[in-house]
Amino acid sequence: MRSTHSHSVLSTKNLAVGYGKAEKETVVSNINLNLQAGSFVTMVGINGSGKSTLLRTLAGLQEPLDGNIFLEGKPLENLDTETRSLKISVVLTGQVISKNLTVLELVSLGRQPYTNWLGKLTAEDKAEIQSAITATELENLKHKPCYALSDGQLQRALIARALAQNTEVILLDEPTTHLDLHHKASIFSLLKKIARQQQKTILCTTHDIELVLSLCDEMIVLHNNTTNQNTPEALIEQGIFENLFPGTNVHFDKASRRFLIR
Amino acid sequence: MGVGVLLLLLLNIGLGSVYIPLSAIFQVILGDDSIREAWTYIILDYRIPKALAALMTGSGLAVAGLMMQTLFKNPLAGPFVLGISSGASLGVAFFILGGSALGLTALLSVHGWGTIIAASLGSFAVLSVVIAVASRVRDAMALLIIGLMFGSLTSAVVSILAYFSPAEELQRYMFWSFGSLGDISWSALGILWLCYVIGIGLAFSITKNLNSLLLGDHYAQTLGVSLQRSRFVILISTSILAGSLTAFVGPIAFVGLAVPHLIRQWFTASNHWTLLPACILGGALLMLLCDILAQLPGLPITLPINAITSLIGAPVVIWLLIRKKKLLF
Repeated sequence: MRSTHSHSVLSTKNLAVGYGKAEKETVVSNINLNLQAGSFVTMVGINGSGKSTLLRTLAGLQEPLDGNIFLEGKPLENLDTETRSLKISVVLTGQVISKNLTVLELVSLGRQPYTNWLGKLTAEDKAEIQSAITATELENLKHKPCYALSDGQLQRALIARALAQNTEVILLDEPTTHLDLHHKASIFSLLKKIARQQQKTILCTTHDIELVLSLCDEMIVLHNNTTNQNTPEALIEQGIFENLFPGTNVHFDKASRRFLIR
Repeated sequence: MGVGVLLLLLLNIGLGSVYIPLSAIFQVILGDDSIREAWTYIILDYRIPKALAALMTGSGLAVAGLMMQTLFKNPLAGPFVLGISSGASLGVAFFILGGSALGLTALLSVHGWGTIIAASLGSFAVLSVVIAVASRVRDAMALLIIGLMFGSLTSAVVSILAYFSPAEELQRYMFWSFGSLGDISWSALGILWLCYVIGIGLAFSITKNLNSLLLGDHYAQTLGVSLQRSRFVILISTSILAGSLTAFVGPIAFVGLAVPHLIRQWFTASNHWTLLPACILGGALLMLLCDILAQLPGLPITLPINAITSLIGAPVVIWLLIRKKKLLF
């Protein structure tokens, strides 16, 4: 059940993201977002629209160029890495990770922020790891090394790692790339279930717009260097998707909620 | 594994160009002075220091290699491959060949600190450059190419220095570059031990962070790891280990690269709380073995240790590559 008066967990105020220090190269600016507890939000936009950049900035992996990010009302920049690691976890694409790790070892690393300097797992840590493995249906694979996993399985293991970190916010960068339709759908449903059941705030970038239209609570559309956050229905009404892609090759059909190719 | 190290340690002390019965060795170690004086001298002042040097060299380089493979997320990283040993050589070359002009050599060489500082500074400098480049270029090949370039740079600078150096110093440098575990005094061993303990201690102090780094820099950061601090500790630890060891025993190839891979294969582990102690033992084991082979037991000659580690290490890496198709860090 969704709590009736959900509160803001992650929000931004006039945020601008991009690259560079001396010569700033702004990718998206004037970002005002508000993510609630227990909601599953997706972020969409064409290639190069700044989805990953914004996600990395929200995760604290990249400095904002301007504006502020607030975590539970407090400025994110005031939190040190260790405190942040208790609040925000991530699932990223294109990272070089050690494929020698077994699924269990990989998921266990999610408990690093909670363990002592030896990294020793307590009974509570082990329970969290187990419930993350159960939630992602990895029980049969848990002793397999990562190099023996399929793309979909590895993606689930990475999500399990983030779950084991047990943070209020989970940020995912295109977790369904390279997956078939069945696995895409199962990952999105899983994320929605986690958001509902564990009252987590989940933000996920994706290119599978049609698929998430019916699954997510809210969407953030990146278009023309700015953002638009709303429910999928409201965004469809506003006609946002008609203009999402440049040119005339692709157009959005409101009635069927699908993109059609002319 | 610990037993293996002890056995090889004994075997290493027991074997050499002069035959000494095992019972006599035990008596000497236990402080019995009724044994022939020459034997006592050989054992206490030559063989034991040499065996201990082998032990520290093997384990120190293996630990340095392990940390670099994790830090750079590159299975081919190692003190030798990334040019860290070349950096140390460069430091020593400047010290031995260039130092005389400044009168530094005579001043510092007495206690062996000069070479250590020169070698550590050399490896620190190279490693800093490699880390700086690594954070800019996210490419595994680029790192190795940089290592290669440092190797060439070193030999170029050394040849220039050699051109202007007197024959005597040149010879000293050449002998050093062959690598040797012998000729190490107890006082030098003490200095080496100090560096070794600091280097290994630092490695253990960031073992938890090394585990997080297995997931790459971004994930590690979101797990609460301060990237800058971890990099710095690894930088200091590897430069001290690779620097001090290279200073005393010369550039040793392949131990730092091969041992971590052999250990990963053997233990099928990724956790550094397993890998680190295992590399310490495994490195010691391999080096003691190489040293035994280098002395060609029964013959009065000793081969350069660097040649033996390469003879053993290179085929091992090739074998691992062929068997696994792919090396993973």
